[in-house]
Amino acid sequence: MSVNTVSCTVKPAITLQLGDAKTDTSRPGVYVIDVTLPIGQTVNIQEISFKNYYTACLTLRLLIRGEEGAAKWATCLRNRCLMPSPHTEEGSQDYYSVYRQQMLIEPDNVLAVRLILRQPSSSWLNFSVEEIKIHPCITEDPERDIPDWLSDLTHVDQLSDLQGLPDPQTVSSSIQQMWALTEVMQTNQTTASVGRFDVDGCYDINLLSFT
Amino acid sequence: MMDEGTELSLTIAQIVQRLKGTNLHSQIERQAKECLHRPEIKLESLKDDVRHFLKASGWEKKLQNAVYRELHVQPPPCHPATPPEHTKEPLAYMRKAQASWEKRILKSLNSMCTELGVPLARKRPAIEQKELTNKWNEMGTDEPDLSRFRPVYAPKDFLEVLISLRNPNHDSSEEASSKSYWGLVQVPLQVRDIPQMREAYSELCLTSGQLGIDDLTHVPPDLFESEHIRIGKKVLSEQDSAAAQQYSRQGCPTGLRADLWSLILNSTNSPEDVLHYNQLKAGVIHHDLLVDKLIYKDVKLTASNDDYYFVFEDYLYQVLLCFSRDTAVLDHFSYNSATPPKSYIQGRVGEEEFAVVYPPNGVIPFHGFSMYVAPLCFLYNEPSKLYAVFREMYVRYFFRLHSISSSASGLSSDPCNTMMRLLVIMLKHEVTGLRSRAGVVTPGLRVARTVRRTAGFPKTDIGGEERLRN
Repeated sequence: MSVNTVSCTVKPAITLQLGDAKTDTSRPGVYVIDVTLPIGQTVNIQEISFKNYYTACLTLRLLIRGEEGAAKWATCLRNRCLMPSPHTEEGSQDYYSVYRQQMLIEPDNVLAVRLILRQPSSSWLNFSVEEIKIHPCITEDPERDIPDWLSDLTHVDQLSDLQGLPDPQTVSSSIQQMWALTEVMQTNQTTASVGRFDVDGCYDINLLSFT
Repeated sequence: MMDEGTELSLTIAQIVQRLKGTNLHSQIERQAKECLHRPEIKLESLKDDVRHFLKASGWEKKLQNAVYRELHVQPPPCHPATPPEHTKEPLAYMRKAQASWEKRILKSLNSMCTELGVPLARKRPAIEQKELTNKWNEMGTDEPDLSRFRPVYAPKDFLEVLISLRNPNHDSSEEASSKSYWGLVQVPLQVRDIPQMREAYSELCLTSGQLGIDDLTHVPPDLFESEHIRIGKKVLSEQDSAAAQQYSRQGCPTGLRADLWSLILNSTNSPEDVLHYNQLKAGVIHHDLLVDKLIYKDVKLTASNDDYYFVFEDYLYQVLLCFSRDTAVLDHFSYNSATPPKSYIQGRVGEEEFAVVYPPNGVIPFHGFSMYVAPLCFLYNEPSKLYAVFREMYVRYFFRLHSISSSASGLSSDPCNTMMRLLVIMLKHEVTGLRSRAGVVTPGLRVARTVRRTAGFPKTDIGGEERLRN
């Protein structure tokens, strides 16, 4: 998971329900959350991460700026299941990511993201997603120039007459293997604890501490 | 979620990290170095030849068993942003309930210390150390006055906490509760349904043999028992933990049970394990802990010697007192929703270099704790072996019996709700009728008492109780 995120505004969730929202006693089963970027800014999305709060499944739509400045909504993720069973706790408070490779369209030149949350179970009083973060694609560094002397070293000379000696490539590869094995064995640090519970032989305790 | 390849790489990296520096790691390293002298190890195929040697000499199997053990305790792969407390317990309200329960226990222990004027831990004077060393093998003959000490909590206290667990986001209005949970645990956790249980416990089907049923006196042994015992001996000779676990689903023959269980748990009794046990024993001799009194009292009240049924009281002390000193147990808190209690030595509160865990293993024993060890005394007669098996059982399974967790193996889902679901399905019509006529029916699953059956006097009550409230 990349650490970079773009700054964005998460708008309050809007409910979608049939009938009059004020008089209808049943709770909504669909919420829509829009996440917008600062005006004029677009992003090529690598990943969208969030923390679930009792949403059963998620659909993602992206507002993409096309040619000639026209913006269009497109679905990039359809009904991704976050809770295997909408009536039970599994997955209800877990962290999730949707990666670029999992999206139905290329998430480039994105102006806004729309999260459509569904929760068909009436067991829950509320549902949402939290900590929504958009991670942009990381631009690659340009290749650094290799110094001339290093490129000379990498040039392999072919020896014409070995005179009964083994092939230097084979020998050097075996020596490298042995060296690597011994290095690994020498540098392995033990992670096992010593097992002592006292501090310099002292373990006099009067009361437990709790915060 | 991460893709499968990334998840697998992460799992492998975590297991490698866990096994680095273990006793097995140093043994395999030593074997690899020593085998270099052997004629069949060639320089040009060094890696493959060493691998082949380790496989032929049984070390690969030992490594496989160790990896299998780690897979048992490793939490499932999770999102990289997941904080550690979420890995221990993903549901915020359960974490809160567990923290609040722990605070109650700590307060109770602190107030007992203050009332009695007894420290939680102190260094034993030399005379006392010598006395304890002399009577180590017969601590059961001691009859100290423990009347002032009281257990920190009993299973029924914990059951009340489980029953009162509520999800604040769950609709608990009257209309919703009429369709809700029939059992005592009112938490909407996923429980397997009948088809899933049939699949998970397929070895219990009618066409599959089971020891305890198909080996009764009137059943010819050729039908199932003889062959099953033969396979059991073969499984033991192969020393494969996974095979032993699969085998045990159809029952363990009495004569093979001890070896099979220790193979399944990958619990060894090597010289290093014996040394570790003796180090723990030294910890008991040198320091006196308040929890020792709680252990003594618990053993005396619940599993003391009886001429007919239980003669292993001394073993209980030898295991439980050492268990309290074992800091290796602290590892399991990474996947346990509980947190070990903390204190400061010499009253240096707030100074981290003087911070310690109390007791050293982070587990405060409660009334009935000795029940976890008691059944194992019938299988293992060597204290260090008994200790090793018990410790592994605790860090894999028993810890779930007294911590609040949403884990699928935890108390709130399996077996409480699984049992309830089966009962409700089987008795659906009767229960519906009773409920509508008489109000609330509480079948009263006494979860903690299922452990008592194995060490107390044999009783026929299965723990089912029905209370009809008018």
